Order: sequence, then structure tokens, then C-alpha cells
Amino acid sequence: MKLRVLVRLKPGILDVQGAAVKRALVGLGFSDLTDLRVGKVIEVELDAAGPEAAQARVAEMCRQLLANPILEDYTIETADDLAPRRAVR
Amino acid sequence: MRFGVVVFPGTWSDCDFHYVISEVLHEPVKYVWHRERSLEGLDCVILPGGFSYGDYLRAGAVAGRSPIVDALRDFVAGGGLVLGSCNGFQILCEAGLLPGALMRNECLQYRCQSTHLVVENVDTPFTRGLRPGQVLTMPISHGEGKYHASPEALADLRRRHQIVFRYAEADGRVTKAANPNGSLENIAGVANPEGTVLGLMPHPERASEAAMGGTDGILLFHALLGSLVEDGTFLKR
Repeated sequence: MKLRVLVRLKPGILDVQGAAVKRALVGLGFSDLTDLRVGKVIEVELDAAGPEAAQARVAEMCRQLLANPILEDYTIETADDLAPRRAVR
Repeated sequence: MRFGVVVFPGTWSDCDFHYVISEVLHEPVKYVWHRERSLEGLDCVILPGGFSYGDYLRAGAVAGRSPIVDALRDFVAGGGLVLGSCNGFQILCEAGLLPGALMRNECLQYRCQSTHLVVENVDTPFTRGLRPGQVLTMPISHGEGKYHASPEALADLRRRHQIVFRYAEADGRVTKAANPNGSLENIAGVANPEGTVLGLMPHPERASEAAMGGTDGILLFHALLGSLVEDGTFLKR
């Protein structure tokens, strides 16, 4: 079963990477850009009895290692969420 | 005092700490590989700087879950002393042995420079004998040293006197200009409530002999060994 974890800095925590990327995009002419934050995508594949069990297992991974609760929030997307999101090439 | 220097894949200050303890202080010291599960026979464990596991995921995240860190929890519970510098501080925070977290420097630059630290708490085994407000000079070398804690955690840190060092000017004033990485309240080092676990971003081992350009780092070791005299300098042995 495939799942995707999105890890991002909590609201209110200054994202210096995001700020630098935003400045660069504004420099490229994207003056309509109002905010940009950088996060992490972690793709996980595991054996699980069902989507709920998989979700619970990955949530435990997030609690133990994948996210730092002091700085970061996470969301877990299951296969249904993953399907329509094709990479642009 | 028997010292252990923990080595993770990617640690880089292990030899420097080992050198200072064995050749400058003449105290017994051994390396401890991160897969080991026992810290028996040691009085003080050093977590040196570097880039353990390439800083993958977050600085100190993977190392903070390694077998030796489980042993470290028991070691700390038994009253053992732990000093984490740079990546070692990041590992202690990731392992939950110290509060807070270390983030990308606000300036986005890797900072490798000399810093002044004002001593805020002299009631730890690492600072006993120093004067409150004493200014120490030690180098930093990191890209992710911005200390962060929630407002509640910061209030606890203050209440329990866990803030040990702040970045300061040469005269000890804590200013924004003296803050090299954007750390919350210029925090450069914190301890656990008992004072037995100290984490700091600066490198005491790189300021331990005149030839290194400074000797203030060795004061932390002399504090540990109980050889500091009242004015915050150490007795020549």
C-alpha cells in the first residue's frame, strides 16, 4: 500500500527557505506571488490489512521520526489521494 | 573522570574531543560506536559535532533514534553527565533529552566564526566555578543552529534556569547583532532541569589550547573536573 506524507513547518514558524525561494520567484517576474512555504514529501510503501491500518501505521512513523512535533505538522494521503496527482514532465 | 565520545556515521568532531580529553586534560577517554548499547563505566558522554547520517530528514533526527541513544536515556536517568556540541546538541533535542529544536539559520548561510557567549547559569556541572555573566569565546560552525522552542517551553526554560549560554557581544550584552543564526532569545546552549545534560551549538573542543586561538572551551572541562578556581579561570596542573 502506498501513502504520501506531507511534512510542513507549523504556521507561524518562519520558513527561511520559503522566503528565499519566494524572493527568487518575484525576481523572475512572479510579482503576484503573495506567500510560499517549502515542505517535504515522503512516499511510503508498506504491507497493511487496509487503508485505515496503513494510515495508523504511517501516523506512528510520523510521531516517532518523520516529523518533529515542535516545528512541523504532517498530513497523510492515501492511495485515493495519490491517483490523480501525476507528475508533470 | 572517564569520558566516552560517541561516533555516528558522519560525526566529525570526535577526534578533536578525544584529543582534548586525552592530550590536553590527560583524562581517560574512549570512542563509543553508535550501535553499542552500553555506556557502563563512563562518567561523562560526549556527543560531538558533525553531520550524522548526512543530516538526512532533519539534523540529528536519525542519530537521535540510534541504539546508543536508548542507552543514553538510562545513563542520564542514572545521573550520568552528557555534553552535546553542535550536531550533538541537535541529536539531544531530536531525542527529547533536551527541550526545543534547531532549525536552518535565519541568514540561510553556514556560519563558521568566533562567537562570544555569556554564561547565564553556573549551577551545572559544566559551568560550576564560572562567574554568572562571564563571557566565553568559542567558535561556531553550523548551518542549522537556530534554537526554537514554543512559548510554553521557553517559559519553562526560564523558570528552571535551563538557559546556560546566550550569544553576546564581547562585553556580555545580549544583542540582535551578536546572534549569528536567529536563535530565540540568543540561546546558544541549554541544559536539562537537573543540569546534567548540556547542549550547545558552539565548539568547546576547538577552543581548548592557545594554538587553537583560544582556551575558553577547556573551562567547561575544568568545571567538570572541579578544577576551576573562584574567578572563573582554572588552576594550572
